[in-house]
Amino acid sequence: MCNTVQIYSILDAMQPIRIQAVPVPLPGFIASVPAGFPSPAADHSQKRIDLNEHLIRNKEATFLFRVRGDSMSGIGIYEGDTLLVDRSIDPRHNAIVLAVLNNEFTVKRLYRRGGVVKLISENPIYPPIQIKQGEELLVWGVVTFNLHKLY
Amino acid sequence: MTKKSAQQLALVDCNNFYVSCERLFRPDLAGRPVVVLSNNDGCVVSRSNEAKSIGIRMGQPWFQAKALAEEHNILALSSNYALYADLSNRVMNLLAEFSPRHEVYSIDECFVDLTGMLELRAVSYAMREKIMRWTGIPVCVGIGPTKTLAKLANFIAKKHPRSQGVFNYNALTEAQKVKLLSGIAVDEVWGVGRRLAPRLAKYGIETVQELRDAHAPTLRAEFGVMVEKIQRELQEVACVDVEEVTPPRKQIVASRSFGNPVQDVASLKAAVALFVENACGKLRSQQSHASMLQVFLRTNRFRADLPQYHPSTAVPMVTPTDSSLVINRWAGILIDQIWRPEYAYKKAGVMLSEITPNTQRQNDLFAEPEQAEDSKLMAVLDRVNQRYGRGVLRISSQDAGEEWGMRQERKSPAYTTCWDDIPVVA
Repeated sequence: MCNTVQIYSILDAMQPIRIQAVPVPLPGFIASVPAGFPSPAADHSQKRIDLNEHLIRNKEATFLFRVRGDSMSGIGIYEGDTLLVDRSIDPRHNAIVLAVLNNEFTVKRLYRRGGVVKLISENPIYPPIQIKQGEELLVWGVVTFNLHKLY
Repeated sequence: MTKKSAQQLALVDCNNFYVSCERLFRPDLAGRPVVVLSNNDGCVVSRSNEAKSIGIRMGQPWFQAKALAEEHNILALSSNYALYADLSNRVMNLLAEFSPRHEVYSIDECFVDLTGMLELRAVSYAMREKIMRWTGIPVCVGIGPTKTLAKLANFIAKKHPRSQGVFNYNALTEAQKVKLLSGIAVDEVWGVGRRLAPRLAKYGIETVQELRDAHAPTLRAEFGVMVEKIQRELQEVACVDVEEVTPPRKQIVASRSFGNPVQDVASLKAAVALFVENACGKLRSQQSHASMLQVFLRTNRFRADLPQYHPSTAVPMVTPTDSSLVINRWAGILIDQIWRPEYAYKKAGVMLSEITPNTQRQNDLFAEPEQAEDSKLMAVLDRVNQRYGRGVLRISSQDAGEEWGMRQERKSPAYTTCWDDIPVVA
């Protein structure tokens, strides 16, 4: 509750000034005082595992993408999953890559052996896509992890 | 400061930055003319090379460009600052690895001091390559002995394809410098611009070389110390230092023009509540409190036919605070004081000042201490909005009144900062 106190100003004795007075709780003890036995683990505590550190090696180069479709279901990448894509990694043979095909993003396994470049689906109903000579394939980044929700 | 500078200062500038950000997640935009528009979709603020060659000018009002845009099928996008800020941070963090001395100059420019490094060209190409590879953003590098010349070198790197995105002014002979600077109009120099250029032309100064050679005392007498500084920078005497740390802000302003003029007080309060939220978010992110709040309203200056009213008022707060709720309550009171029903408002804003770090906060002996719940609530609000996008959790008065918001009809998703907006791959 606010109480209203009226005091008179020195400058103008005729003009009351309203001051809002409110209860001021004074802080007591801020620190806690330990009682009982000290924790035997106190000297051994470590920082809890941070998933960012383990999932993201190059944070400035890592981007997230959401999966649509089932062309990679054979290796457990399903519709609605979230992919971590690292642009800084070299796209080697057999890597799972995010590529740009016909101006669209696609996730596929990269095949590059003996001058042959293919994008391979991990689902038998989708045939491999061969990149012909003179055609350009842009690999946007390499997929490093898949986040798949289980509950 | 009379000694000639031996600095190797690089200015790294992102090419068509906003357009490059948009294209990163839209492969279908490659090769197509694209522009990004300012707040309220007003003016062109970024152009792809294709849009430049069609003749779209920087800063051109969009309604003027519309006919040209339709003819050439130019795609116009609203500005998506969440995306640009994230990509900018990535670029700047990578650049920081190249030198301990660097200064983020703007969202798409950074000065990097390469003094003392060998193989400057190799380092410059490595910067370009790494930023392109890691972030997908193309950049150009200009090297010079001063900031002004580094900026000019960057302009040359951008203009001339033969430079392949890197230009080192320091590698030129004096004769080459004269030839180069004689071929560049003076308004390309940092700080000269379109207003000063015609005045310089009256003194026969039309090229950069002519400004470099101009009679210094006359220049100073006619144009002041700033232009003299520019001349000295062109003469390779460093006058502008690299500022490595940006000091925490002493004032935070949040304001914006309205898409449509606003007349009723509830809508104004809704807009100001959003500005308060933005300003307080910044305040909290720099771990500070403010104890002065200013609120202002503006009618449309460009409508001379309408009555004009530009009120402003401020209130000191007894206890420094970073709570959006506390500051919004005060902002509402201030608006009630200055709002007049007969005007149509085009702009409103808030300014927080008397900013002190949390560690130096001075409570008032006679005032009620700030509620601890408030700061917990603000922390939750910041985290939720961080995760789900700005404005998901907000002060309810933001939703009052009629629609005043920015016109952003063509905004792309917040691909990298909002969980529900991340790009889709098939």
